[in-house]
Amino acid sequence: MINVTGLSKRYGSHLAVENVNFQIKKGEVIGFLGPNGAGKSTIMNILTGYLSMTQGKVEIDGFDIAEYPEDAKSRIGYLPEIPPLYIDMKVREYLNFIYDLKKVKFPKKAHIDEILKLVKIDNVQNRLIKNLSKGYRQRVGFAQALVGNPDVLILDEPTVGLDPKQIIEIRNLISRLGKNHTIILSSHILSEIQEVCQRVIIINKGQIIADDTAENLAEKLSSDKTLVARIQCREKEMLEALSTVKGVANVTSLGTKEEGTTDYLIEPKTGCDVRKDVFERVVSRGKTLLSLSSNKASLEQIFLRLTEAADNDEVRKMLGLTEESAETAEKVEFEIELPDETENAEEAE
Amino acid sequence: MSAVFKREFKAYFSTPIGYIVLAAFYFFLGLYFYIIYSGGSPYIEACIIAMSTVAVFTMPVLTMRLMSEDRRQKVDQALLTAPVKITSVVLGKFLAAFAVFALGFAPTVIFEIIVASYVSVNVLSYLYALLGAMLLGGALIAIGMFISSLTESAVISAILTLLVNIMVLYMSSFASMINVEWLASVVEKAAFITAFENFGNSVFSVADVVYFLSIIFVFVFLSVRSLEKRRWS
Repeated sequence: MINVTGLSKRYGSHLAVENVNFQIKKGEVIGFLGPNGAGKSTIMNILTGYLSMTQGKVEIDGFDIAEYPEDAKSRIGYLPEIPPLYIDMKVREYLNFIYDLKKVKFPKKAHIDEILKLVKIDNVQNRLIKNLSKGYRQRVGFAQALVGNPDVLILDEPTVGLDPKQIIEIRNLISRLGKNHTIILSSHILSEIQEVCQRVIIINKGQIIADDTAENLAEKLSSDKTLVARIQCREKEMLEALSTVKGVANVTSLGTKEEGTTDYLIEPKTGCDVRKDVFERVVSRGKTLLSLSSNKASLEQIFLRLTEAADNDEVRKMLGLTEESAETAEKVEFEIELPDETENAEEAE
Repeated sequence: MSAVFKREFKAYFSTPIGYIVLAAFYFFLGLYFYIIYSGGSPYIEACIIAMSTVAVFTMPVLTMRLMSEDRRQKVDQALLTAPVKITSVVLGKFLAAFAVFALGFAPTVIFEIIVASYVSVNVLSYLYALLGAMLLGGALIAIGMFISSLTESAVISAILTLLVNIMVLYMSSFASMINVEWLASVVEKAAFITAFENFGNSVFSVADVVYFLSIIFVFVFLSVRSLEKRRWS
């Protein structure tokens, strides 16, 4: 459905998008994930024909956006980051305008009615857009993209600036639309993309650094899961005991959060599950383990780390995507584990 | 094109802009008609020609938001990603402003009928003057639209357009100050007022029509390029 090859975009001397390639099949729901300024919006603007590309090719349903812009554009509904609204128009009036602009063939009244109901703005259809709240404006923008029922929907950060209830509503809407549309959705929130998208493309500094299913990425991103253990003991009492548990790379005390207990942040070595050993060690020291949980925030934190990394090679290393990175990772592990190499060898057997 | 035209035309009257411009037109047309007619002259053409000053000051108001507002509010993303040609978007906008301008001259039809019922008039010279006014208005709107496409600010667009309008219309006044003879003659002849006044003197000159039409064409074209250029920057 969407075919992007060798796409680059240069703003003066700044290369905003660099050699981006991806294919999207009909009916797929894809998430563009990346921090602000990564090039998500630029790519979307190029896909929709708003911006031209410096290099490369974009095909929508077989139509080259540069050669057959009208055929390509008629298959796309676009919700830009800032919804493109004439604020001096009424909601219905505006949608009628978009209907005329897109030269839609469906029966006008019924089609607009349907969209108004779908995005739940039929109650404000006769109000001026300038008097609407951010959430409603976003939905009018959404409605605008749906006019003409295009096969492809490109949504640039559709939930930014909305309250939690509206976010859930928009997400549900996207999930529902995903059943019979090809959707590209951008966001800088990982969990949001995980929820609605089958496939995730991570973009950083104008390049694609990962293109995989949401589950796989989440797994990769959270592979170095840290644990938080709450133990009934005095502060720092168990520090030494915990750090000598097999497979534990580092332990830091997080201080007392509940009276009479201490929280410890345990970082296991890559690929090690240390939960059982930690439990046994605590018991063997005659202490009580009150809770042991994975450090949940780490998913977001790791993503932040990913996107804040100095360059994309570093990011690829984090994700373990390049061969050399896998090697270096192994090397590091090897160096660390040098002292108890024999122990490890035994375990491997 | 018709969708954009309809929206823009309506927008003029959902904001005060359309009313203000038309009010200015009708007030001055009425005033000129009163002065000229009570002076014993039955020529509506004179009324129309006298309107050039009003046009210079009101056209920037009409065109200031035509393009700049879209860009400021990011609505251009909807226009340029819709399956339409940029040219038809630009033409729709141009025609909307032009329609308001043309409406401004509607009372002259009534004036002409009133005058014709008392004395014999030369309808053809009235039509020449009207044609001239339409061409002048088209040219000023095209220039204003182009300037509006260069900026995101309606105010900057209005001020720049006003300056340019005064320049192109009245630059013949500066001709005498220019020492270089050929340049003085160019400035004199290229001034819109020179060509426009010809229409008021019942002189139909193809050159003047072509002059205005080419100005319109060039600035509509430049407006299209200006939108197009933004895609490439």
